[in-house]
Amino acid sequence: MFYREAGDFKTSYRDDGQTFPIRLDRWGYYAILAVAFLVVPFVIDSYWANAVLVPFLIYAIAAIGLNILTGYAGQVSLGTGGFMAVGAYAVYKLMTSFPGVPIVVHIVLAGAITAVVGVLFGLPSLRIKGFYLAVATLAAQFFLVWLFNKVPWFYNYSASGQINAPERTILGWAVTGPATTASAKYLICLVFAVVLAWVARNLTRGSVGRKWMAIRDMDIAAEIIGVNPLTAKLSAFAVSSFFVGIAGALLFSVYLGAAEASEAFGINKSFLVLFMIIIGGLGSIFGSFAGAAFLVLLPVLLKNVLVAQFGWPTDLAAHIELMIVGALIVFFLIVEPHGLARLWALTKEKLRLWPFPH
Amino acid sequence: MTMQEGYTTADGRQIGGVLMDLRNITLRFGGVTAIKDISFDIREGEIRAIIGPNGAGKSSMLNVISGFYVPQEGEIWFKGYRRGPMKPYEVARLGIARTFQNIALFDGMSVLDNIMTGRLNMMKAPIWSQALWWGRAEREEVENREQVEKIIDFLEIQNIRKTPVGRLPYGLKKRVELARALAAEPRILLLDEPMAGMNVEEKEDMCRFILDVNDEFGTTIALIEHDMGVVMDLSDRVVVMDYGRKIGDGTPDEVRSNPEVISAYLGVAHE
Repeated sequence: MFYREAGDFKTSYRDDGQTFPIRLDRWGYYAILAVAFLVVPFVIDSYWANAVLVPFLIYAIAAIGLNILTGYAGQVSLGTGGFMAVGAYAVYKLMTSFPGVPIVVHIVLAGAITAVVGVLFGLPSLRIKGFYLAVATLAAQFFLVWLFNKVPWFYNYSASGQINAPERTILGWAVTGPATTASAKYLICLVFAVVLAWVARNLTRGSVGRKWMAIRDMDIAAEIIGVNPLTAKLSAFAVSSFFVGIAGALLFSVYLGAAEASEAFGINKSFLVLFMIIIGGLGSIFGSFAGAAFLVLLPVLLKNVLVAQFGWPTDLAAHIELMIVGALIVFFLIVEPHGLARLWALTKEKLRLWPFPH
Repeated sequence: MTMQEGYTTADGRQIGGVLMDLRNITLRFGGVTAIKDISFDIREGEIRAIIGPNGAGKSSMLNVISGFYVPQEGEIWFKGYRRGPMKPYEVARLGIARTFQNIALFDGMSVLDNIMTGRLNMMKAPIWSQALWWGRAEREEVENREQVEKIIDFLEIQNIRKTPVGRLPYGLKKRVELARALAAEPRILLLDEPMAGMNVEEKEDMCRFILDVNDEFGTTIALIEHDMGVVMDLSDRVVVMDYGRKIGDGTPDEVRSNPEVISAYLGVAHE
């Protein structure tokens, strides 16, 4: 009753293909964006930025990236952590080699470098599919992390083997380095997340997105209607790695500040992002955000409830938290195998009719 | 009839010259010869049927035409040029579209998106234009959508435009698959058993659509079908295959009275 599309007529194909075809949806998203840009930066403190919002935004970007590859183009990847490491080390090398260039350019370039690496490791996808491809991308994960630990050039021969983000500013505001304020960290991640989500939406609703989905749903039929599997698969790897690379660059430079490849970008990261898109919903931009929110926020929420409310010891709470998150993942997958995005879509479909059953 | 001139069909349609010419095609899988030295042509604007008992090599023939299989021997001439060995997507770009015996739609996408995939070869906007949804990408999207809507109207599937294909019943899926093939504006449309598994009404609908496609768009159609009533009614000329050989070629009436065709279908009396 309150959520409906009756009377909301489209008079052009341009209108019909827009991102939020339902007026109420559109207003809702605009409202969220307005709050995110105009209210949150003024009230955010460092706990909210570091524990909740910044990791949520960064993982949302990584999840969109993996979703393009796995959810839209159907190519399973376990190399996300490795590609994030490429983004992180690329932005580190760029920041230290060309200090005069704006940090935003470095981050985008780091994404582009990751895209090239992604295409290289995407080449096996032309011959193998499914689990076998997953294993091939696993090789990328281990090889890249090994490479960044083994070759001192990547970490500028520092004694600790770590990379540390030097301070860089945008319009006088520090966005990397120890002096960065919570709202600056939040805002730079928010801008990247919003712009990249919009780009992902545009790509997936247009012809390149249809090529990816055609390859995912039935590669033989895709080829017979004129989709070149080589360009379709490699473009998916390139775009996906671009997103993941930017997420890795932000994770290192803005969020962590210092990183060591096997610790920050291990196989755990690959699984974390994969779980995000499975729980959030494969083939959905909204699902990428929902999955990232679920896996970033839930542990924080549980910790707060268990420790602060119930007064449990922190070590016990930490173990219980892992068990509950794991159980919830299994529960969600049984109840709704298509993820939170499908759950949300079903809710909206119900709301369109509510309170009238027909 | 000569090679260059066409002929006039029984119902008065003018058929043009040779559009596709298959010369001495032989296709082997290891020791098995699926197609043995077959030649026939498909003329501009005609409805050409390929029939034969199960395992005769009909689908293999269609797969040769659409580029899935590359024959070991023989030549394929299309639009007056000899076609070298090609990938299926290159063949599609020449203007050859097809449907499949078992429906090959993209289940995760809506009907509209499925049909739009048929026009992917007409959409050439660079990726940055698509990423920003600005300029050429948006213009192409709208232009191609208009063409797709014409096909949606033509096949009377307006009401399922936004439905995911996975939810549709079998008969409608077949129709969507035809729509996707038509969206590519093909010179030759290959239909692999378009009537398989349909009830009488669905068959009648499909026959009407095939005739209308041929009539309104002037599309040349080559089809494989088992329903003899349908084949004899629809097609202008019929190729009959058996065990990979061609045993008959001609108008439906000629084929019907060909003794070799009759024996292939009904069996030969043993003394």
